[in-house]
Amino acid sequence: MQINDFVRTMQNPGGARRLSRSVNVDFILFLLLFLLCAFGLAVLFSAGGQDLFYVKRQLMFMIVGFVLMLGVAQISVRTMQRWAFVIYGLGLISLLAVLLFGVGAKGAQRWLDLGFTRLQPAEMMKICVPLMISAYLSKRFIPPTFKHVCWSVVMILMPTLLIVRQPDLGTAILVFASGFLVLFLAGLGKRYILGTGLISLAAIPVMWLFVLRDYQKQRILTLLSPEDDTLGSGWNIIQSKTAIGSGGFDGKGWTEGTQSQLSFLPESHTDFIIAVLAEEFGLIGVMALCTLYLLIIGRCLLIATNAQSQFGRLLAGSLGSIFFVYIFVNMGMVSGILPVVGAPLPMISYGGTAILTLFIGFGMLMAISREPKQMRTQF
Amino acid sequence: MIEEQAFSDPARERQIFVGRALLASFLILVFTAVLIARYFDLQINQHQDFVTQSDNNRVHLRPNPPARGVIYDRNGEILADNQSVSNLTIIRERSGDLDELIENISALVPLSESDVKRFYKRLKRRRPFEQTPLKFNLSEQEQAILAVNEHRLDGVKVSARLSRFYPKRGLFAHVVGYVGRINEREITLIDPIQYSGTDSIGKVGLEKFYEDSLLGNVGSEHVETNARGRVMRVLDKVDPDSGSDLVLHVDSKLQQIAFDAFAGERGALVAMDIKTGGVLAMVSAPSYDANLFVSGISQKNYSRLLNSADNPMFNRAIQGQYPPGSTVKPLFGLIALDSKTVSPSTKIDDPGYFKMEGIERPWRDHNSERGGHGKGVDLAEAIIESCDVFFYKMGIKTGIDILSSESMAFGLGAKTGIDLPGEARGIMPSRIWKKENRGASWFNGDTINMSIGQGFMLSTPLQLAVMTSRIASKGKVIEPRLVKSIDGVDLITTESTQLTDIDPKYWDYIHQSMKGVVHSTKGTATSINRGLNYTMAGKTGTAQVVSISADEDYDKSKLNKRQWDHALFIAFAPFEDPQIAVGIIVENGEHGSSAAAPIARAVIDGYLNADSDTTNVGNLALQGLSVYANQ
Repeated sequence: MQINDFVRTMQNPGGARRLSRSVNVDFILFLLLFLLCAFGLAVLFSAGGQDLFYVKRQLMFMIVGFVLMLGVAQISVRTMQRWAFVIYGLGLISLLAVLLFGVGAKGAQRWLDLGFTRLQPAEMMKICVPLMISAYLSKRFIPPTFKHVCWSVVMILMPTLLIVRQPDLGTAILVFASGFLVLFLAGLGKRYILGTGLISLAAIPVMWLFVLRDYQKQRILTLLSPEDDTLGSGWNIIQSKTAIGSGGFDGKGWTEGTQSQLSFLPESHTDFIIAVLAEEFGLIGVMALCTLYLLIIGRCLLIATNAQSQFGRLLAGSLGSIFFVYIFVNMGMVSGILPVVGAPLPMISYGGTAILTLFIGFGMLMAISREPKQMRTQF
Repeated sequence: MIEEQAFSDPARERQIFVGRALLASFLILVFTAVLIARYFDLQINQHQDFVTQSDNNRVHLRPNPPARGVIYDRNGEILADNQSVSNLTIIRERSGDLDELIENISALVPLSESDVKRFYKRLKRRRPFEQTPLKFNLSEQEQAILAVNEHRLDGVKVSARLSRFYPKRGLFAHVVGYVGRINEREITLIDPIQYSGTDSIGKVGLEKFYEDSLLGNVGSEHVETNARGRVMRVLDKVDPDSGSDLVLHVDSKLQQIAFDAFAGERGALVAMDIKTGGVLAMVSAPSYDANLFVSGISQKNYSRLLNSADNPMFNRAIQGQYPPGSTVKPLFGLIALDSKTVSPSTKIDDPGYFKMEGIERPWRDHNSERGGHGKGVDLAEAIIESCDVFFYKMGIKTGIDILSSESMAFGLGAKTGIDLPGEARGIMPSRIWKKENRGASWFNGDTINMSIGQGFMLSTPLQLAVMTSRIASKGKVIEPRLVKSIDGVDLITTESTQLTDIDPKYWDYIHQSMKGVVHSTKGTATSINRGLNYTMAGKTGTAQVVSISADEDYDKSKLNKRQWDHALFIAFAPFEDPQIAVGIIVENGEHGSSAAAPIARAVIDGYLNADSDTTNVGNLALQGLSVYANQ
């Protein structure tokens, strides 16, 4: 950052410094996101059948996203902390609204039709929950006590269960993880972590019997042996593995992937887009993407450790690490090591709400990175 | 809340956080390594397997079916052709819910209930990823509608393919036959590669006999398809070899004349070129439209054909076995002359019946009511007037062994070897035959019956034509053949060899007698010689359908028409240099002279006068026919 500032200062004495002083912006993060978006659009162009339809819409969301990010970056961290409860509450209400008046597709009710646009409130909860938990825990003892852990869990489970009801298991898991990550970063005791692990294990049979729908069970069975039903539920995973595997080391070339171009690959522009990338750019492409992701995550965690307030730390740290969870879940499911759940690949998969949510998160990170030093009360 | 914050320790908070952030970073790196390892495994270790799988996905070897050989008549008129038709097909593996799909399709193009029913039937015996036809012969409008909607009809394809078409419809159904869909039995017999792009096979007639020549060689192409099975591009291909074209000896104008001459009667005719053995016309009436079978005949149509009392699917010309009746008289006369059991000077008295020693029941002559043919009947008169008593006596004298073995040489009682499947062999009885088939010894009574072409004796119209050609050519081995050339290469006709060493004067004697049947005033077929511009030789025949006991008279008014006698006629012309021979049977036509002979006249007129004025002669012949029929 300092080097970057220095370079800018040298090239344009005064200008850039003035800009970076008056506007909260993290240039490194900005640059990395810009690269990621460009890469994402290139893959999307190919995945969308070399048609500009999806690219145009995605580009529009990205532009709005960048503006939104810069806007959010100007909000003071204290304001965020103060409004966290209200935002969380609004999120919960909209989730309830989805269950009551939502519109959907394929047997799930996920969208809220606002007339001019359709919102996916579950997607927004990926920020609302860490925001809320960070705000809550930052004012409590560190590491959190049993009582605070319990309250946090309640605040995490409420939206999670509402999202499971939609049903949208993928997002529910990610929302739960985003809240849990705040607890983890806040120093949750090892007993709790162990306990959560055990409860999760114990929950598996309960989930199987009472919560999971048939199609969700089918997806898990498919993960275990996709070859049982090559034309039915196994199709997606077999085709995506074929796409990835046939890409090889350096890929078949941009827009040359036969699996995606000949529509063997399902959902190639949304959840399965990594298979397109892997087929056309090969392992090199996958590693380049992972590097880009790791740089972004690294930058986020750096911002977090440098944050001035506990709230900023927790929020920045959880947003950075949940970003990795998104990536892992998506790349894991497409390559067949995790069951298929609805989880987009951040910044690459087509989808408006997900993009906007991510940019809002990065806006918060930028705000935290420029958080002024607090007056600390020392005892 | 505010109170609690008062206890916070920022330094410790930061310390704990940094610890956890480091732990998180470590975990992130570990899990990233897991992901990279997974992608490495798929993309490097298993790369080759997935390349194969990906190619199997997109690249398909598609058969390129050959065009079936075209069948022409001797003048180049098309008898069997291929027409491009568009069929609506479904690939089951690519379609979703079938009932729903069919419902969607029926909203676009009309589908009958039987279309759907038959589709499900075909679906049961298809190969994987095969296009199963739902509707045949789409109109251009239907094709356009389907093309527009194809994207939302998964698995549906409009496939253009060549379909067999028989422009002459029923005229050649028994000669050319037809193709139909390959059935379960056939599928086990055929070469699956050769038939990979073909769903039909010759079922009867020439289509079946020359199946191997007509089929051609299948080609192939590697095509790249998308997930919906749509071909995106052809990667490479091997062109198919079309099937061989057949040119027949048959003359379709003559065939038409012959067919029309039957004028609704049941029966059969075979006309042969005496020089080559080529079949000029082969009729089995009634007939049926061969096109019905090409894309699968409907149950209704099929049972109608099958249950018809007229049995239109039965090829009477080669499968119908009838007692030849008096049409064998010239042959038997020839054999008797050759074996010296009778001579041109042999004369008998015919009181109208023949009594065999030791047998109570007499054998009657067909004109016994008029007191027989009188005294001093010789062989020529016996042929011209068709005197049975002469032949009874001659038969007994010659004996079954000579008659039987010599007749075989003229094509009776054995398959002629024509290039058609399903030929019947007829029966030329002998002592051995009777022992084997009836378990009884041969009696003189059997010889007497046989000597006028009755009793056990049976022959097909084709055999009659072959016999007539061999008589006309004075003993040349003439073998019937429908196909003249395959792909322009003439089939080698073996040099005609002489059957037997029969004295030329006997040949002349028999020829003259047969000429007398048509041209002498007492001839049984003299009614057809009016206006004849060439000389014809022939012989009438009548074959009993129901046996009439000796005490009873044949009274047609007591019988329904299906029990009337069959009318037969054999003929060749021109007398001086025989070119065409015909064998005719008209079922329940009663008399060879009135029912069968006029048909021969029409056909031979049509053939011999074809060069001068085809249509005129044809009409003349037909007019003549009605005149004679009224006599």
